[in-house]
Amino acid sequence: MPTPNWQRSIKRREDWEQAAARLQDGELALLGLWGEPGFAHMALMEQTTDACVVLSVECPANRYPSVGRVHAPAIRPERALRDLVGLEPEGLPDTRPWLRHDGDYRFLPAEGESLHQIPVGPVHAGIIEPGHFRFTANGETVVRLEERLGYAHKGVNALMAGASLERAAALAGRLSGDSTVACSLAFAQAVEAALELEIPPRAAWLRALLAELERLANHLGDIGAVCNDAAFAILHAQFGLLRERVLRAADACFGHRLMMDRVVPGGVSCDLPPDGERRLRALVAQVRKDFPDLIEVYENTASLKDRTVGTGILTPALARQYAAGGFVGRASGRDFDARRTPGYAPYEALHFEVPVVHAGDVNARVWIRIREVEQSLALIEQILARLPPGSLACPDGPRSGRDAGEGAALVEGFRGDIFAWVRITPDGRVERCHLRDPSWFQWPLLEAAIEGNIVADFPLCNKSFNCSYSGHDL
Amino acid sequence: MRRLLFKSFVQGTLTEPAPAPDERALAELAARVSQASHRRLGRALSIREVDAGSCNGCELEIHALGNVLYDLERFGLRFVASPRHADVLLVTGPVSVNMREALERTYRATPDPKWVVACGDCARDGGLYAASPACVGGVSKVLPVDLHIPGCPPTPVVLLRGLLALLESVAADARGGGT
Ligand code: SF4
Repeated sequence: MPTPNWQRSIKRREDWEQAAARLQDGELALLGLWGEPGFAHMALMEQTTDACVVLSVECPANRYPSVGRVHAPAIRPERALRDLVGLEPEGLPDTRPWLRHDGDYRFLPAEGESLHQIPVGPVHAGIIEPGHFRFTANGETVVRLEERLGYAHKGVNALMAGASLERAAALAGRLSGDSTVACSLAFAQAVEAALELEIPPRAAWLRALLAELERLANHLGDIGAVCNDAAFAILHAQFGLLRERVLRAADACFGHRLMMDRVVPGGVSCDLPPDGERRLRALVAQVRKDFPDLIEVYENTASLKDRTVGTGILTPALARQYAAGGFVGRASGRDFDARRTPGYAPYEALHFEVPVVHAGDVNARVWIRIREVEQSLALIEQILARLPPGSLACPDGPRSGRDAGEGAALVEGFRGDIFAWVRITPDGRVERCHLRDPSWFQWPLLEAAIEGNIVADFPLCNKSFNCSYSGHDL
Repeated sequence: MRRLLFKSFVQGTLTEPAPAPDERALAELAARVSQASHRRLGRALSIREVDAGSCNGCELEIHALGNVLYDLERFGLRFVASPRHADVLLVTGPVSVNMREALERTYRATPDPKWVVACGDCARDGGLYAASPACVGGVSKVLPVDLHIPGCPPTPVVLLRGLLALLESVAADARGGGT
């Protein structure tokens, strides 16, 4: 059950630099970069073998060789690491703070004729999370978008250090509210890897059930929200209704609409009630009945497709360089899904497809979601049909395993792969924990995707990415 | 498309009946709202939502208020894009240090009379993040709060009951206080 293939090694400076060079060459994908006093850590995946490894390098005098110097996706994580832990990345090209907001912030210059700037946020016009977007535009055309994030920074990593497992699990479940199941799952799997815990099969299957319901709810909401940003209200209303039906079914079955705190280290905290299977089957039937009509309207409404086709194109090369997860990567040709690679129970026993397209525009990101809704419905049915009996958690909770250790996990949330790493002390507390939201490697790509588009298409592009602020800001 | 419109037409209204205003919220509001003599607003309030560092869970449920089953706008409650158009600030999150100034400026940009509603357990006292140096720890540390809506996150029904209580109190106060 715990991901078996995470190697762990402490490297010399030269090896660290060599790993950075292999990232630059595209042989490795960066899954995360974080640290603690004295050490910087990096999670990597071999592009060819899919082998995962956590590398660490000692930081004498709090310095280490910057990875962002040669591999741009590491720039923001390194800026954050300096803000949070005080480790100095030697040679990092961007020396500005990232999560710490004190003093003036210098936006990157854009030079040329007739350019003007449009500052947006951190308080936006809609009901969304806080962040700042600085557009430089020539007339209607975006020449440069620069994001400034960190407004939702809550100090999660610092709160994790020294926390009990219960408290840490609650914090993990609130890293990004829309991905509460997936974040809890990533954290729980990392803890189970650290303590060499084997969870009961029923727990693993119930986790997958919760995770697919979460994916379903979010994708339905997102497809409607993209339509809304193209001013097509009827689909927004219809998809909003379907999303609400999923949340109500989740509430009826598991006692919480978003299913917070249901996945815990060692298992799950709730069972499927006696009428749960009937309710969920009815939900699946309802979505199956209504969904195709809505998709037909989406596909056949010229005014809507006019907004989404060809808008906000992300190139496959960038998606690959940033190892962009989820619909952002899969709409730009990156064939990756953490449920399959490295994979975790019970997905090896379930049948599902991972849709991939190459167009990379808003429409492609919508279509990946459409296909994934269909896959999740099928997965929910398979899980309901084959849910194994048995207990919901290890008999003695997390204490059933060994006392202390270190573990990592990669889990597929609706938005993409979530990486979790944790070290547990002998008294059963979290010594250090880092959760890397998929948005870390998607936000920078939004800046690239919007270039050359009109300002009015930004909401559409932004919604099609739907990056997390809270998950990123820690 | 035509099929969808026809189906919407024949299936009748999906919107559900309104829940009763929350008693506890009415009590909390009675003390604050009646102190001031506000000009009559009628039965309508414009709400500006401010995410002051939430996990986004609260926003998801606030969003749900707009779906066809809850249909917030039928009560005269609506979300507006600018604080300058707002009567109410609905604030979520433990107030991250990085959002403090933006929250204060949003409050200052909101014309009087105005009310502040703290939404969710984080907004009440910082919740899970109360001990974090990166958080101020609750909306009332920064702004005068008129009403707390509990929950992590509050469900749409709980949100609706709290907001309806606010609407009732404001309307009653406007009647009692005269113009
Ligand atoms: S109250 Fe709960 S749901 Fe709302 S922001 Fe706080 S942690 Fe998230």
